Amino acid sequence: MSYQVIGTRPVRHDGADKVTGRAVYGADTQMAGMLHGHIVRSPHAHARILRIDTSKAEALPGVLAIVTAADLPHPGDRMVDLGEGLTRLSWVHGNVLASDKVLYAGHAVAAVAAANAHIAEEAASLIEVDYEPLPCVLTAPDAMKPDAPLVHDDVFMQEFGKLTDTPSNISDHFRFEIGDAAKGFAKAHTIVERTLDTSTVHQGYIEPHAATVLWNNDGRVLVWCSTQGSFVVREVVAAVLDLPISQVKVTPTEIGGGFGGKIPVYLEPVAALLSRKSGRPVKIAMSRKDVFEGSGPTPGSHMTVKIGVAKDGKIVAAQANLAYEAGAYPGAMVGPGAMCVFAAYDIENIAIDGYDVLVNKPSTAPYRAPGATNAAFATETVMDEIAEKLGIDPIELRLRNAAKEGTRRADGPKYKRIGCVEVLEAMKNSAHYQAPLPGPNCGRGVAIGFWFNIGFSSSCTISVNSDGTVNLVEGSTDIGGSRTSISMQAAEVLGIKAEDVHPTIVDTDSVGYTAVTGGSRTTFATGLAAHDAAKDVIRQLSVRAAKLWEVDSELVNCQRGVFQSGKHSITFKELAAKLEETGGPVVGRATVNPSGVGGSFAGCIVDVRVDPETGKTDVLRVTSIQDAGKAIHPSYVEGQMQGGTVQGIGWALNEEYFMDPSGIMKNSSFLDYRMPTALDLPMIETVIVEVPNPGHPFGVRGVGEANIVPPPAAVANAIHRAANIRMTRLPMNPNAIMEEVWR
Amino acid sequence: MAVVHIPALLRELTNNEGSVEVEATTVREVIAQLEQRYPGISERLTEGGRLRKNLAVAIDGEIAILGVLQQVKADAEVHFIPAIQGG
Repeated sequence: MSYQVIGTRPVRHDGADKVTGRAVYGADTQMAGMLHGHIVRSPHAHARILRIDTSKAEALPGVLAIVTAADLPHPGDRMVDLGEGLTRLSWVHGNVLASDKVLYAGHAVAAVAAANAHIAEEAASLIEVDYEPLPCVLTAPDAMKPDAPLVHDDVFMQEFGKLTDTPSNISDHFRFEIGDAAKGFAKAHTIVERTLDTSTVHQGYIEPHAATVLWNNDGRVLVWCSTQGSFVVREVVAAVLDLPISQVKVTPTEIGGGFGGKIPVYLEPVAALLSRKSGRPVKIAMSRKDVFEGSGPTPGSHMTVKIGVAKDGKIVAAQANLAYEAGAYPGAMVGPGAMCVFAAYDIENIAIDGYDVLVNKPSTAPYRAPGATNAAFATETVMDEIAEKLGIDPIELRLRNAAKEGTRRADGPKYKRIGCVEVLEAMKNSAHYQAPLPGPNCGRGVAIGFWFNIGFSSSCTISVNSDGTVNLVEGSTDIGGSRTSISMQAAEVLGIKAEDVHPTIVDTDSVGYTAVTGGSRTTFATGLAAHDAAKDVIRQLSVRAAKLWEVDSELVNCQRGVFQSGKHSITFKELAAKLEETGGPVVGRATVNPSGVGGSFAGCIVDVRVDPETGKTDVLRVTSIQDAGKAIHPSYVEGQMQGGTVQGIGWALNEEYFMDPSGIMKNSSFLDYRMPTALDLPMIETVIVEVPNPGHPFGVRGVGEANIVPPPAAVANAIHRAANIRMTRLPMNPNAIMEEVWR
Repeated sequence: MAVVHIPALLRELTNNEGSVEVEATTVREVIAQLEQRYPGISERLTEGGRLRKNLAVAIDGEIAILGVLQQVKADAEVHFIPAIQGG
């Protein structure tokens, strides 16, 4: 299908504000009389709180309010919907401000609001907290031992709705089975089994969390914050403070990255309590140390994957045992990880066990394709080893086993139209894969990965201006250019230029419910809402044209912005100028909660050079390949692919929460938490594959996540070929590589 | 008849049956029919009349956006699977 707007590369609508520094981010909020908040955090990974004495801090001039967990309402425990699923309110409460126990170093225990940030910080240092330190547990294997210290006394292992009768650090165990794995393995020609570990890593968004709250005199709680989902903030603030949601209004600021980490809520309820006590607006902005220690990283994991193949490389059985670290509260996203661990392959016999394991680390949060990157590191490492053992090209081995339309996944459902084969073929045919390696100590690795993407609710209105432009109102925080990708879909339907759509992201009072910007859903779902709202505009304008021509509106059709009926014809712009004379304003609206979500496959090809004396890995060339369904704005698709790939490489080579045995993070700054910079990496090459999603009018799948899944395994496989070592834990930093070389 | 695939950890309730045929027009009816045949299975799938925390239902490979209220066609495949989040 040919398009006028879809597939072009217009300048993003928010570009001027962002490159000139005018865009207002979370910490930029300023208000008359505004106070500055500071959070007191636990120095212990696990301890009982014996006493909190705030008297010295209260006496400090300039201090206007101090709060602890005692200030939170406790209406009783219940399930709350946080936008992407249900959780226990007590866990949300407990993470916002600890009450009887602290569960990780960095856990918030109190907060102060003062006239400026310096007084607030000083006052925080005067709050005395007496702790009784408790033994801590930091890894999934340790936490799963029968005699491990318990993170919670009231969490019992659940197995598909059945609770066991003794408290456990395993909050959830599930199993997927199709076919008969044991019988499958019995027929295998070659079996490879590996146990692999990944470290806790952070999303590393550049902008720290920041929130400003005014508990207004009329009882309404007004929030301005950097978030991936303003409606989620509304739900959580209302739930934690025991308020009706209509009493909370959330205005999202611009956001400097999130990647899943800005879905959870940390600061807003605390700032609200401080505002209520002080009668003033209160801003709290995290430091980088706060972000690392007090927000949600992604789980570390301990995984065993076993794959058996026939002589020709066809997989006959696969088995996985995945234990993911949830951190302080349940929810390690091991379920989606297990659903993805063999998702790229057509396998008849599969058995997967997954464990959600509590440890004394920050409560984990989503991170691009949550759970899938860990799992793919395991599976794709084993697949690489099988290819080597059988002497089959690693992409060819994957093609022989690739999932297709009709393949049954391990969790049961069959795939609809997917692009796994097309991605693999694009990898095989890429200029990168055909090129020779540049020299000694170099290796090339490949891997593939999958992410489901999600749908969820979105809302949009479009009002027509008399000059032929439109104003588009939506509620999806713009992280990666979604204002433009959404506007382009409306422009395509309306037959106008993308520049003639003026998008605005508004507060929770001003647009219908819109779920988080996450799960690669925004261009898919909010784009669909914009598409449907634009169709509504076309329907209304057709009636107006019919009035002008005195014909039945059913006889008016619109193609590419031109309305026609018989000999009559009028452009969108001309008709927009006649709104007043034909009946007044035209506003199109749509709300969606779509099915038809299209999952995305991604591949990665990496060339590395490993210094045999130091273990340092240089990344020489990288190509990211992904099925976008349809690339609405190819530049932003490429940007997502490049960003996800860079994050995956950082996860592979350097990033980790480096913790001492007592659970204290020793590298909570960007100086010591080593994320890749532009100096560390070559330009990431991209190949966009387009296998349209039949569930979206333009074929959109969503591209924000699958691209992070394959890089760690691809880098590991490249290191294997460069240095003849098989790396089974992340990060693969020089220390880890030399340990393996000297083993 | 719709075919309901029984999650591995619930097969202890279904005499190890991996799939069951039911006549139902909604997910809620599917669960009610399962409960009639396999007492106790409903509370493993639902809580307060809704699907349990972190659980979703897929009908013919599509996540059922209406949960227990989702319609089920006569020849549908029904799977209870972990709910998917995003980052």
